[in-house]
Amino acid sequence: MQKILTGNQSAAWGAMCARAQVVSAYPITPQTTIIEELADIVAKGLLDAQFIKVESEHSAMAGCIGAQAAGARTFTATSAQGLALMHEMLHWAALARLPVVMANVNRAMAPGWSIWTDQNDSLAQRDTGWLQYYCESNQEVLDTVIQGYKVAEIVNLPVMLVLDAFFLSHTYEAVDIPGQERTSEYLPPYKPSIYLDVDDPHAFGGIVPQDIYMEFRYKMQVAMNEALEAAEQADRDFKTMFGRGYGLIEPYRLEGADYVLATSGTVTSTARSVIDDLRDKGHSIGLLKMKLLRPFPVELVRGVLAGRKRVAVLDRDICVGMGGIWTQEIRNALYHLPEDQRPSVYGYIVGLGGRDVKPETIEKIALDVQKRPIEEGEQVWIGLKE
Amino acid sequence: MAVSYTKYLRMYHMPHMWCPGCGIGIIVKAIIRAFDALDWSTDDLAFVSGIGCTSRAPGYLDMNTLHTTHGRALSFATGIKFARPDKHVVVISGDGDATAIGGNHLIHACRRNIDITLVIVNNNIYGMTGGQYSPTTPVGARAATSPWGNIDIPFNVSELVKGAGATYVARGHVGSGVQLERLIRGGLTHKGFSVIEVLSNCHTQYGRRNRIPDAIDLIEHISKSTVSVRQAEKMSPEELKDKYAVGLLHQDTERTEYCDDYNKVIEHAQLER
Repeated sequence: MQKILTGNQSAAWGAMCARAQVVSAYPITPQTTIIEELADIVAKGLLDAQFIKVESEHSAMAGCIGAQAAGARTFTATSAQGLALMHEMLHWAALARLPVVMANVNRAMAPGWSIWTDQNDSLAQRDTGWLQYYCESNQEVLDTVIQGYKVAEIVNLPVMLVLDAFFLSHTYEAVDIPGQERTSEYLPPYKPSIYLDVDDPHAFGGIVPQDIYMEFRYKMQVAMNEALEAAEQADRDFKTMFGRGYGLIEPYRLEGADYVLATSGTVTSTARSVIDDLRDKGHSIGLLKMKLLRPFPVELVRGVLAGRKRVAVLDRDICVGMGGIWTQEIRNALYHLPEDQRPSVYGYIVGLGGRDVKPETIEKIALDVQKRPIEEGEQVWIGLKE
Repeated sequence: MAVSYTKYLRMYHMPHMWCPGCGIGIIVKAIIRAFDALDWSTDDLAFVSGIGCTSRAPGYLDMNTLHTTHGRALSFATGIKFARPDKHVVVISGDGDATAIGGNHLIHACRRNIDITLVIVNNNIYGMTGGQYSPTTPVGARAATSPWGNIDIPFNVSELVKGAGATYVARGHVGSGVQLERLIRGGLTHKGFSVIEVLSNCHTQYGRRNRIPDAIDLIEHISKSTVSVRQAEKMSPEELKDKYAVGLLHQDTERTEYCDDYNKVIEHAQLER
């Protein structure tokens, strides 16, 4: 079935197809229409789920954690300040090894108050133990919700999928909805091996002394390593079944390119057209779309970027005091390449607080990276006002 | 003498973002008139808010203002009051902001009896985010997240804060701006934690979904649901069902105020040294 959906509605229909059993949520712009759509879907009987609108985002995630611990598949959605308020619970879901799936609509952090997009909210949650997927289209949002459950439930780690405020959350496109029946062939019902079961009681959340805490953390790392393989497999299987796959990263027109732009989110779509133009004009430049932040696909990134001259990373975020977060991640992944294979990595800060990243902005970066000396390429702010 | 509203407003921020007919305008005007009647300098006023339509008010008022995070305005305000107990600290908040995400801060501010005045704009809905049900949405009412009617039992906000220890509790409504100003003024001059709950209209998000889409109709509907405190005393519980008593509901002038209590601790500790 095809429907014209916004990015937010696509997230809701993804949860519907995946048969989420408990939805626990709190409103925040620009996420709210996700949970509104789900409230409607549940109320109309299209999804057999319990929907609860709680009193804060902290409680929204706590509700998901409780329900998931009781053996239910759960879903929620949030944005910016709401995600930040959830921080304690994000750690909890991951360390409790509960495969919660959540959509986060990227929105800039306050103050000053902003409802527009940038990635600082989700990137700041990088170290909480969640898988993080960045989406470029509404179809990708819906598909990533479904794939997210698949991967999360294999490795017992929670999944956050991320979409840009307004550019995706509130714009419409035709989206294919696979429906519950076909989705369940891909994603079987959630059957946790351990859960709160009155017939087989367990105690969760106890004290873990010094002599075993580290091992719990190590097991999470092992699971994250496995998540990389699981995510690749889930995407391949999804493509076989539904005809759509995204990869963990996506090289675009990279054949023979000396220079590479690395992007994530909706900036990628704009960058594709810029790269097409520049290629036609004879520039040796291509594009790398980053989809998965955690686990970071180190080998894949290394494989694609080895032997290139320079990489320009577009960061719609800023780790104040160090630079762009994707820049740090990508540069780190390339460090162990042999020197003659290792490209220089340039960090470009763009589009914070929802400022437009136009084709001209991206073209400027694509030309700049080809001539800028590396010592001036650590952190380049684009379009900054005097 | 007529009140010069512009004296208290940042006119360069006009026009404001509230919907035409929104009750918040009536409430902000009542607050300004109360300030004006007391002849307080705007330099001595701190006006604090959290998140929501209501919380945009400090942006428009020309005094010391702080627009903070969702639900936490009272926590920020408590810090301001503790740092500058000589200043007047006023918080404005909506029903979602004050009683859902900020519910814990609300009851503890009441319990401490710190000298802050809180105006709660209760319009029964989350307006800004698009009409989700709040802790004061009536049972059966429709909202974006309860398209088939709300099943959660609402808070009686005034009773809640009274029970939690607020020493000045009043309820007004947007159908009576004159009374509202008087109740707010009473809260501002009361030493201790004061709460003025204001029954307000969100015809855009609440009214439209509940068959009262017009601002005036909804204000009239709210007005008709109110009875004066004096009338309410003579009414039976059955008669009071679905009615709201408006006026001064509770005042306790005996209890000591939190900053004063704290200063006594400091004095005592220094004597001991």
